[in-house]
Amino acid sequence: MIVPLEHVLIVAGLMFGLGFACVLARRSLIMILIGVEVMINAVGLALVGASAFWHNIDGQLLVVLLMALTSAEVSISLAMVVYLNRRKGTLDADAYNEMKG
Amino acid sequence: MTAAIFYILSAAALLATLMAITRKNPVHAVIYLVHAFFALALIFFILGAPLVAAWEVIIYAGAIMVLFLFIIMMLELTPGEAARGPGWQRWAPVILLSGSIVVCTLLLMTAEPQAGPGGPNFYASPRDFGYGLFKEYALAVEIVSFQLLFAAVGAFYVGRGERTRRRARGDER
Repeated sequence: MIVPLEHVLIVAGLMFGLGFACVLARRSLIMILIGVEVMINAVGLALVGASAFWHNIDGQLLVVLLMALTSAEVSISLAMVVYLNRRKGTLDADAYNEMKG
Repeated sequence: MTAAIFYILSAAALLATLMAITRKNPVHAVIYLVHAFFALALIFFILGAPLVAAWEVIIYAGAIMVLFLFIIMMLELTPGEAARGPGWQRWAPVILLSGSIVVCTLLLMTAEPQAGPGGPNFYASPRDFGYGLFKEYALAVEIVSFQLLFAAVGAFYVGRGERTRRRARGDER
């Protein structure tokens, strides 16, 4: 392995933290989804690093499945964003604080 | 050499992510995130996953981020912000990130192929990859394909127009 696994995990952890901060701090639904994307990519980096560390291909296969699941998640969540924007005319997450349908 | 490229690319990816999550304009955020994904794809290549690197560019930077851009443009979310400060201040991060990524790509192309097949480091060839994916994990592939189908149906249901909805309720006349 070219670099130690710890460094890969540190980078992945920092990136996950950035995505998590984005999800917690931003109030726009689009930015929350972008934070989720960042977190998923950090997980993929950790998986690829582990795959290279143990000389095992399973981690990379898991990343491919993760990409497929991410595309499903993004398609349905962006459809939800369009639907919510059509209903209330805003994408501020604080506007959706009641549960009455 | 390759280790130094890894650290440069990690810094570029983290910087691009930091810029992405602090932007007010969602279009700028998406563009910075594409930079982060390019840097991440090169890191994947260094770590011996060329196929995953290609899919990172094709699926994430090419498909998912463009989907984000479509939605942002469709909903007209971009605030009409006035340009503040001199131009180089706004362009400097983009040029720095793009330049570092391009330089790292060229260095990786000209460097000794440490991560090639038969080298000392781990390298997953497409042949091993397909063998593992469609032989050992064939059931997972099937389940994921079902999930994609459900997502397509769900997105169509959520995004159907007002006309279809009224017809479904039966008061279209």
